Amino acid sequence: MSEAQGYQRPELVCPAGTPAALRTAVDAGADAIYCGLQNETNARNFPGLNFTVAEVEQSLAYARARNAKLLLAVNTFPPAGKFELWRDAIDGAAKLGVDAVIVADMGVADYAARTHPDLRLHLSVQAGASSPEAIRFYCEQFGVKRVVLPRMLTVAEIAELHSQIPCEIEAFIFGNIGMMAEGRCSLSNYVTGESTNMDGVCSPAAAVHYEEDTERNLTTRLGEYVIDCFAGGESAGYPTICKGRYLCGVQQGGYYAFEEPVSLNLSALLPDLMRAGVTALKIEGRQRSRAYVKSVVGAFRKAVDDIMAGREAAFASLLALTEGRRETEGAFPSKRWR
Amino acid sequence: MQAQPSELTLGPVLFNWEPESWRDFYFRIADESPIGTVYVGEVICFKRAPLFEPYLEAVAARLKAAGITVVRSTLAEVMSKQERKMIDDICAEPDVTVEANDGSALLRLRGRPHHAGPFVNVYNERTLAVLASNGVCNVCLPPEMPATAIRALAAQAPKLSVTLEAQVFGRLPLALSARCYHARAHGRTKDTCQFICNVDPDGMPLRTLEDKPFLTVNGVQTMSHDYLNLAGELADLQAMGVTRFRLSPHSCDMVQVAKIFRAVLDRRIDATEAGVRLDAIKIEAPFSNGFYYGKPGYHWNRPDMH
Repeated sequence: MSEAQGYQRPELVCPAGTPAALRTAVDAGADAIYCGLQNETNARNFPGLNFTVAEVEQSLAYARARNAKLLLAVNTFPPAGKFELWRDAIDGAAKLGVDAVIVADMGVADYAARTHPDLRLHLSVQAGASSPEAIRFYCEQFGVKRVVLPRMLTVAEIAELHSQIPCEIEAFIFGNIGMMAEGRCSLSNYVTGESTNMDGVCSPAAAVHYEEDTERNLTTRLGEYVIDCFAGGESAGYPTICKGRYLCGVQQGGYYAFEEPVSLNLSALLPDLMRAGVTALKIEGRQRSRAYVKSVVGAFRKAVDDIMAGREAAFASLLALTEGRRETEGAFPSKRWR
Repeated sequence: MQAQPSELTLGPVLFNWEPESWRDFYFRIADESPIGTVYVGEVICFKRAPLFEPYLEAVAARLKAAGITVVRSTLAEVMSKQERKMIDDICAEPDVTVEANDGSALLRLRGRPHHAGPFVNVYNERTLAVLASNGVCNVCLPPEMPATAIRALAAQAPKLSVTLEAQVFGRLPLALSARCYHARAHGRTKDTCQFICNVDPDGMPLRTLEDKPFLTVNGVQTMSHDYLNLAGELADLQAMGVTRFRLSPHSCDMVQVAKIFRAVLDRRIDATEAGVRLDAIKIEAPFSNGFYYGKPGYHWNRPDMH
């Protein structure tokens, strides 16, 4: 039936910032869960988030017992002189037998491929591989089995890409999106001294300031720089540089120079993505609460199952969970977004 | 450590200049500057490349005649058919040294000598070794690398026969995007841009809502407002084993900038004097060197305060 309509059953890949969130995601129907260690080896290195090695081990057992996979993100770029931390993360992942590690740095990928040839490698979105040739470079060089695509391609481009690469495709379908090419942005480091690539940090909370005036207008600041101002009552977003309002010579007043504070929601494009040959659908949000993980994973589990069974999928409940309740399909529907 | 010979290089023009100004800029570099290697080619937007194509050959010839090594730079972001074809065409040219700025160029250039540009993430020894085994002979470091990491990397580079290059002057490349922010500011899209980025020869300034200068938009690229200036750190970098020092072109007097940096490299003037001479060029933005010290990139540690 549905298989005959050209759909492949996709793997639903879900985020977990804590062991409790991981169990929640597994129980809500995730096929695979990705998580990171409590250090700068992963791109969500936030205080109070992530896993100890022992927690990865326990979580792996929990997932395995329920037929779910565990993927470990080791997806930042070790600066010279600090490689050991990343090496230990890879060794630990291999020892525990996680289902795959998600890597971005060529050195880390090379270490994993040579030291642990049986360890499955996924190429992180942080590697910024956006063309068939770039993806083939990582496949041929390190034996990468799956690429997580940058959020800059249209569905039509993904379909075309599918036929030109020797590995599986994982695509983001829901959650927070940065506007800049992943792995190629130093904006946060420029303002705060903490690097997204090297430290796994974007807009660190310690550098965030909210200032309210007597009329309840709220100014958000990252380090010394104002990122946005909100009139009394307007809902204020977290100050991320690529979602702020700025002034320039050709715009009247402050404008969103890069993007408005919206979340990615590709639920309406799910059938198209599944037809385009996407192996895995990825939900962003390791920093999110268990309640969030539960509703998003649950909604997408049902949607994928509905589509596979030839039923109409419903998504109304997801809108309430998007940032500021505004959503976008980003680059995916057409080139006009660019 | 014994100081090795230092070479001054000129990175690719990152902005959309009038093609004739672009040509004349390189002619003057060829005729008057103490630069050893010049990187030529469009890095930011494939749509701009045909504008400069007619002058590429003449520019390369003039530079070579002046004894300057010419390296061809490739696009930093490669996705569409046209972008991929650009990479294929450049990498297929015989007798051209190419600087790769993305993974597709790295694939095409494997097995022959080539450069890795600042848009390739080379942060550590192991990545350097992988690329060296593929034929990379020179790496221009990501601008956010702190001195501690540069020092550790430079200790390994000679064993791999790779030279290291660091940007030392010009606005910092901070981010790339699939979306064109020049077009967006003007109510257009990348497809309908009509090359509006050509109105800003040093990029379009973005200020915060407090009217404080902050970032610079250059098409799909976001840069710093301030100009990186590592004149005060050149001696340190030389001592670590970095041998190539990159100036990123702006509309200011780049020949004069090159002469100042060459004089510092040769110990003819110190960093304080270099500062005085750079100030005389009237660059309309402050200097910064924060990344080098592991601090926010916009920070400026004055050379006379070290």
